[in-house]
Amino acid sequence: MSRYITRLRMRRTYKWNGRPVGEDRKLKRQYYESMSISVEGKTEDATVSLGQYILIEGDDDDNPFVAQLLKLYTDDSGKKKTAVLQWFVRMCEVPQNKRKLLGRDPHPQEIFFYQDRSCDNEVDGETILGAVQIEYVPVQDPFPVGKSRDILFVKLLWDTKSFRALDPELMQPSQSPKSPPPSSRGPQTRALPTPDPSVMKRAMSGILTRGSMSTGKMSSSEAESLHSASKLSAAKALSAKRRSQAVSGPQVRKKLDLCSPSKNMSRDDVLGELLDERSEKTLTSKLNTSPTGRISISIRLTPLNLNKEECVSPLSSHSPDKPRMTAHDKDDAASVFLGVQPIEDDDPEPLINTGRTPRKREATPRRAGLRGLKARTPSRRKDSAALREPALAALAEEEHEDSPINTAATSRSKRKSAQLVSSRIKKQLNLLGNKIGLQSDGEDGDDDDCFIPSKIDLQSSSDEEEEAKIDSEDELIVKKHRGSGTSRSTEKTRVSARTPRKTPSKKTAPATPRTPRHATPSIPSRTAPARKPGNVLEEARARLHVSSVPESLPCREQEFQDIYNFVESKVIDGTGGCMYISGVPGTGKTATVHEVIRSLQQSAEQDEIPHFRFIEINGMKMTDPHQAYVQILQKLTDQKATPDHAAALLEKRFSAPAPKKETVVLLVDELDLLWTRKQNVMYNLFDWPTRRNARLVVLTIANTMDLPERIMINRVASRLGLTRMSFQPYTFKQLQQIITSRLNRVKAFEEDALQLVSRKVAALSGDARRCLDICRRATEICEHSGSQKNSSGLVGMSHVMEALDEMFSSSYISAIRCASVQEQLFLRAVIAEFRRLGLEEATFQQVFVQHQALCRVEGLQPANVSEGLTVCQRLGSCRLLLLEGSRLDLFLRIRLNVSQDDVLYALKAD
Amino acid sequence: VQDRCGCVLMMLCDGVCVQAQKLLRERLCHQKLPDQPVGLDSQYKHLLELLRRTAVHGESNSVLIVGPRGSGKTMLLGCVLRELMSLKEAQKNVLLVELNEKLQLCNETKSLGFLVFQGSFAENLAFLLEALKKGDKSSSRPVLFVLDEFDLFAHHKNQTLLYNLLDVSQSAQTPVAVLGLTCRLDVLELLEKRVKSRFSHRQIHLFSSLSFAQYLDVVRAQLSLPPDFPDPKFSDEWNHSVTKLCEDKTVEEILRRNFNGSKDFRSLHSLLFLAVSRVSVSHSTLREADLIEAWRLISVDSKANVLHGLSILELCLIIAMKHLNDTYDGEPFNFQMVHNEFKKFIQRKSHSIHKFEKPVVMKAFEHLLQLELVRPVDSGVCKVQREYQLMRLMLEHGQVMEALQRYPQCPTDVKQWALSAFG
Repeated sequence: MSRYITRLRMRRTYKWNGRPVGEDRKLKRQYYESMSISVEGKTEDATVSLGQYILIEGDDDDNPFVAQLLKLYTDDSGKKKTAVLQWFVRMCEVPQNKRKLLGRDPHPQEIFFYQDRSCDNEVDGETILGAVQIEYVPVQDPFPVGKSRDILFVKLLWDTKSFRALDPELMQPSQSPKSPPPSSRGPQTRALPTPDPSVMKRAMSGILTRGSMSTGKMSSSEAESLHSASKLSAAKALSAKRRSQAVSGPQVRKKLDLCSPSKNMSRDDVLGELLDERSEKTLTSKLNTSPTGRISISIRLTPLNLNKEECVSPLSSHSPDKPRMTAHDKDDAASVFLGVQPIEDDDPEPLINTGRTPRKREATPRRAGLRGLKARTPSRRKDSAALREPALAALAEEEHEDSPINTAATSRSKRKSAQLVSSRIKKQLNLLGNKIGLQSDGEDGDDDDCFIPSKIDLQSSSDEEEEAKIDSEDELIVKKHRGSGTSRSTEKTRVSARTPRKTPSKKTAPATPRTPRHATPSIPSRTAPARKPGNVLEEARARLHVSSVPESLPCREQEFQDIYNFVESKVIDGTGGCMYISGVPGTGKTATVHEVIRSLQQSAEQDEIPHFRFIEINGMKMTDPHQAYVQILQKLTDQKATPDHAAALLEKRFSAPAPKKETVVLLVDELDLLWTRKQNVMYNLFDWPTRRNARLVVLTIANTMDLPERIMINRVASRLGLTRMSFQPYTFKQLQQIITSRLNRVKAFEEDALQLVSRKVAALSGDARRCLDICRRATEICEHSGSQKNSSGLVGMSHVMEALDEMFSSSYISAIRCASVQEQLFLRAVIAEFRRLGLEEATFQQVFVQHQALCRVEGLQPANVSEGLTVCQRLGSCRLLLLEGSRLDLFLRIRLNVSQDDVLYALKAD
Repeated sequence: VQDRCGCVLMMLCDGVCVQAQKLLRERLCHQKLPDQPVGLDSQYKHLLELLRRTAVHGESNSVLIVGPRGSGKTMLLGCVLRELMSLKEAQKNVLLVELNEKLQLCNETKSLGFLVFQGSFAENLAFLLEALKKGDKSSSRPVLFVLDEFDLFAHHKNQTLLYNLLDVSQSAQTPVAVLGLTCRLDVLELLEKRVKSRFSHRQIHLFSSLSFAQYLDVVRAQLSLPPDFPDPKFSDEWNHSVTKLCEDKTVEEILRRNFNGSKDFRSLHSLLFLAVSRVSVSHSTLREADLIEAWRLISVDSKANVLHGLSILELCLIIAMKHLNDTYDGEPFNFQMVHNEFKKFIQRKSHSIHKFEKPVVMKAFEHLLQLELVRPVDSGVCKVQREYQLMRLMLEHGQVMEALQRYPQCPTDVKQWALSAFG
């Protein structure tokens, strides 16, 4: 029977429920329909089955991934469980820069249907955390308020580029053309919609096949399903029942699916029966046969369009409704087949509602026949039930209100009751227990609005047992159908009732510890707009500002290409790697990397390469090397953590095989500042990319070429690898080209002037920033002098010379020239004393003697010691002299910070 | 009684005088910005233009204002900011953040008008950078960062703050102007190379090139009462007296000495402040005597007064030390040597001074030590006996002689001993 593959992992145990429903011999896979997850310390097991929404373990414990389960299979060895999923994304998983596209604040519980072909949709089955509830909200509707925090809402579709309205069809994976697994449900649904009675008949006649199809549903081919269908038998249903006996609760849903073939058959039979007899009495009686205690009222909030007329009525209105209902019933099956629209039309209740939109209507014809039929029956049953036991209904409603999902707003109270009723009907549909039911169940999600199916199970397990007994014993098809149907519904309801209840608790437990006192960092905006540059020189100045981003980076083509190739290959391969970039300041390292990322992002937008995340940290922008972890984590996931915790989280993220992982490109600027004594920050940064599942590309930038050799210990340097690149200082030609390209045909400089600047800078440092700054200053000088001289208006040699002088000439000489008489004398005294001593150092006392002598020579009244010290200190504060601490008083040691020649030159020219 | 009445009456009358004094004191204590910075026109224009571009065009800039102490860096900046804020287009558009070395970063965020939470330095820095990063050239308010004592920021760990501010000024984020004030000419050499590369190398130097004539003009302007002074008669009188004062030879001599000492206005202001403070009801104009007295107060040697308060014995010890210094060319000495020298003097030449016991001399020596007129060579952790610990005299030859001249009732033999070439 069922195999129990148990493995302990994260204190969760996963095992298959039931036997494989299908097998792919070629791939050596065995498909299952559900899986149970038992968590240590919890008595109840959670079950996830196909079509259900589940949570997948991700790197963020608070926000696990959300997906819909499409397939479950195990490989040959039976060890590895794999799940095929349709992903949903949370807002926090959407790239930061794209979030604006939403155009509004996301609802905290909002998720998005994720459409990205590049995304791996197979995950390890053992990463499944449990089930979750998802509600579909049509685009124009507001989010339901006051609902439990555990329900997620899906409204839009995210296709990695934009948010689009989500076609409700997509919420049904089987129908979604995007959904990768070609499940046999697809064709089936397509078969369903025909409202044509003949088709219905055919369908009924084809019950068996369809049933078999549905058995093979989970396998990919119909042939198989047929094959398995043959195997399918009462025995199987029996086993399912037994299981349902054995295991109370969560796993049941799977069993339902297993039973579905038989149910299908029975359903059709009932259908036939209904068509023939249209006896509600049978049903009621059937219902009556079951002990009152076991009546399961499952409330499904899916407002089926068919059920509208019932939805209308709150509980109290049931009785008035009833005549109408019966009338309808009498109306007959045929009308029922087609009958949704008319019913909708005579719907007296305006409250049924805007949300239910054309889409529903469009959906109706498709399924009208079956649905209508189905709807009819349950409604009758329900009504009878309601009649028999109003208290029960009330209870049901109460329950319904209790359920976290649906604390409907007052304005919707009617609607709520409508939902209640409709949900009951839904339940009844489930009673009929067939695939279509299942499908419509799935469809409800999209078909209608904001209501998530919630089912409440009032049934005791004993009833179930009884039910099971009936099932096993009854060979009569009708009976069997009925029994299995009921059991199924009960099971099903239990599943869905339990799972959501369980998941919430699981989910909310690690409630997000968001800092409430989060001030948004921003600079107030200016009242008046910034003025645009007015003339050529201003324009040139704006273009020459270092901050202005050029369209391209000239003279760094080779480096650009190398980095581009490196990152691109890593992104495409989904691997990781490190690169070390060195070069003196102002040689365009960071700019080039940014440029690379920009163009890679562009090509990612055009789907040429897979998407990736770009994260940038700067050693200078953190107070402590360990803050690097915090910043990376925050940029990756928006979480805040202490450095240690962040390191642990990142470690986990980069080493765990997480699905749906984008490549992360991490730029570490000013790497040398991440140096710590144990070098663990660097070690981690370079170690992560080597992990198999990390998908991390690390680009590091620093100034020194031999940084790895100089400061890194071997194990760190080794991990950094040998991918290195060195940016040479710009040559004068390159600098000239940079300026020219920046100016971009704005004629503001004379050619010679440009050449002078670039030659000068290239000779000194090759720093492009310096070059641009000088040019900018030159334009200013030109602007100021322009009014006086009638020059060409261009920046000429003289202006550039002046700017160069300002920037490069040392100010010592002019400082000496502008010093006071005593200060100048003191400098002279210093030099005289140096000459006398033959040393480059003297004490204040020695210099002071010289100073007094010089004063007498100059005919000035000699200064006293206090004055002399003041003068000395003033020179020291300008750093013309280098002084030791003033504490030493007379024995203060004095050295010159300028060359003696400079001092003499400055004093002589005076 | 009459006297007292007269006093009260005069005080009432001379409310004007007090008013004038108050006004001048305010001016001299830098409580008010001058209307126009003196002799800094080009720098003023340059800085104003720069800040105006930041405010109006949203252009990021960084600039250093370098000048010796008292050269008017802060004053210049104050004037420029005053002018800038009076511009309509800049008025509401600029945020000003003033920092000096002592302030923490959280003050910085606070002064940016943010809601400040008690976070760690790391958080604050991240917060600030995030805030600055969010802004852009055209829409955010420019922020002016004024870093007083810029050189001290360079001593911060890793120069993180400087790097980040300058980096913002060099990238397309919130427009900022980073203004550093420093008196160190070599401040750029303090910056790490990556910080230096991000600095625009724009320096505004404040070197005053005043001539003495200009200096006198400044003195006159500083002392003159403004034309809108409430009592025109008094102000006329006062201004006339100031003009006359500046033409006086002694006053000019004093001012020149001050000018020779330093060209900055701070020393001038302290001189004038003392002089102005001497103006009282009894003489309501500034006289040369006031200025001379003020100069005397200012230029007095700091140790002279200490020397005047010494006992004869202590003075004798100082003279002995001076002789030792002369003999051994400034080599350090110990108490025993000083005592020997002193004993020689007592035995040979002294008539007026009695023989002191060695402990008494020791006590006097220790007093000198306490006054820091004598200092141990190596700040005395060594276990040498106190008598033999090496010392240095912290006085110049001239200071000792000067003190002796002025010492009240100094015995002649002591004076002669001091003047004699060798002990």
